[in-house]
Amino acid sequence: MATTATPAHAASTPRVLPASAGRANFAGALGSEFTKIRSVRSTYWTLLALVVVTVGFGALACWGAATHEHGPFFDATQRSLGGLYISQLVIGVLGVLVITAEYSTGMIRTTLSTMPYRGTIVAAKAVVFTVVALVTGLITCFASFFLGQALLASHHLNASLGQPNVLRAVIGGALFLTASGLLGFGIGLLLRHTAAAISTVVGLLFVITLLVNFLPQSWQEHVDKWMPAIAGTQIWSTLPNPPGSTPVFAPWTGFAVFCVYAAIAVIAGLALFRKRDA
Amino acid sequence: MIEARGLTKRYGDTLAVDDLSFSVEPGKITGFLGPNGAGKTTTMRMILGLDRPTAGEVTVAGKPFPRLTHPMREVGALLDAKALHGGRSAYNHLLCLAQSNNLPAKRIPEVLALVGLTDVAKKRSKGFSLGMGQRLGIAAALLGDPQVLMFDEPVNGLDPEGILWIRNLMKALAAEGRTIFVSSHLMSEMENTADHLLVIGRGKLIADCTVEEFIAANSQTHVRVRTPQLDQLAKLVATAGGSVREDGDGVMVVSGLDVGQVGDLAYENSVRLHELSPLQASLEEAFMELTASSVEFHAGVPSQPEMAGEVA
Repeated sequence: MATTATPAHAASTPRVLPASAGRANFAGALGSEFTKIRSVRSTYWTLLALVVVTVGFGALACWGAATHEHGPFFDATQRSLGGLYISQLVIGVLGVLVITAEYSTGMIRTTLSTMPYRGTIVAAKAVVFTVVALVTGLITCFASFFLGQALLASHHLNASLGQPNVLRAVIGGALFLTASGLLGFGIGLLLRHTAAAISTVVGLLFVITLLVNFLPQSWQEHVDKWMPAIAGTQIWSTLPNPPGSTPVFAPWTGFAVFCVYAAIAVIAGLALFRKRDA
Repeated sequence: MIEARGLTKRYGDTLAVDDLSFSVEPGKITGFLGPNGAGKTTTMRMILGLDRPTAGEVTVAGKPFPRLTHPMREVGALLDAKALHGGRSAYNHLLCLAQSNNLPAKRIPEVLALVGLTDVAKKRSKGFSLGMGQRLGIAAALLGDPQVLMFDEPVNGLDPEGILWIRNLMKALAAEGRTIFVSSHLMSEMENTADHLLVIGRGKLIADCTVEEFIAANSQTHVRVRTPQLDQLAKLVATAGGSVREDGDGVMVVSGLDVGQVGDLAYENSVRLHELSPLQASLEEAFMELTASSVEFHAGVPSQPEMAGEVA
């Protein structure tokens, strides 16, 4: 296509773009997706809910523990990060919304009719979401840890970042949140509908973990550790499980299993997104 | 320049678009006309790569849209004014679109001014009226200063002022040498706007002609005559160069002669007339007739339509 080179004095008319401008690429898509995520209020509400839920429940759990509990397997770090059991769902919802809000609003049609490289769009969305989730997750997990330890300190139950595995657990909490969000992201790509995708995320993170409890004990030992929420949450424990409890994966192994689940969802979602009519 | 070759889209058992081949030329407004459900939107979605054709292909500037390196520079489209996140401000909506194509942000206030939305740039689009939404969609389409512009039913639901604005904008853009492709289900709208027409019905192309050709072929005056001496008058008309279609009940419809000629012919030959009236198929009705019986027609200038209405 020939684009007329426009003299500078014509700046007030519609034809003002230099011929070279306007290449669609990954860098552009990154900027675009960052604008999208920062320019809607639901992002801020969801992230605020994430911080409040994580820090709040962590503090509550530590306050309870400080007055009641001090067994040999008490994991002060894990306790202060206990809010993650709930907030994994909040970040999962944000991951879902990053995709499904495009469908529910119809924005996806505008997105794809201006930036038709589908793989590039998904990659840019995933990178932007990962950065947002990781940064928020790190802030949240460190805040939860320090507040929780402050509450536990009155009973000398507190841990410090210098103790074995503690730093790994706190950073691991943020990684766990990010991976939970990406699981939601992938499910959102697969299902495209907000309600269906959120239900599925709840099912994968909560419901199937509960259902495993109905299996015979001997099966549970083999199945339990593979459950997404059980595998993933090992990354933020600092002590081995008490003897006699159902076996679980080592922290990084468990987290890797969790990441594989998230990766399957994202890759399958991407494959469908590239193929489907929008 | 948009070119479709054998473009076909099937949804399950339904053939939404059936082997369409056409080209949309620059420098004029091409109207894409068809009743609701004829396949106009599906065709436009395939042009933009939103839907994948079941068969055939469509290119813009020689390439399928998803393979263009500068998509917004080549094509601007307004398919649906509601296809945006209502929680985002007009400015941020345009910003995220501009960024994806590395268009300069200074372009945003320019297009906002062009469509008259400067004052509400920071407002969330959720609260916009239909007309404002339409203008925002057009601003988005114009962001990349594209050579090809597509509008799907752009005047639907707009007030007369909005309709006039869009019409004039399309004319101005076409006059700049751009390719304008605009769909409508209203012939009357196209009559006032388009230079060229693509008419589809049930997914098939049934006319590809200029508006003048369409009017010439479809808006001839016919004469309705009721007479007890039908055979006699029919012969006279044929001799005088007109053609006749009998309509039963002693009524016939004459084409090729005007009311005066038919009346004089009857008077001079002592044929009694019980009724003599001019008939005019409006373009709207001609179009409806054409699309209703779509299978009978093929690309090219449509042949004479059935009589569809009466103007006394």
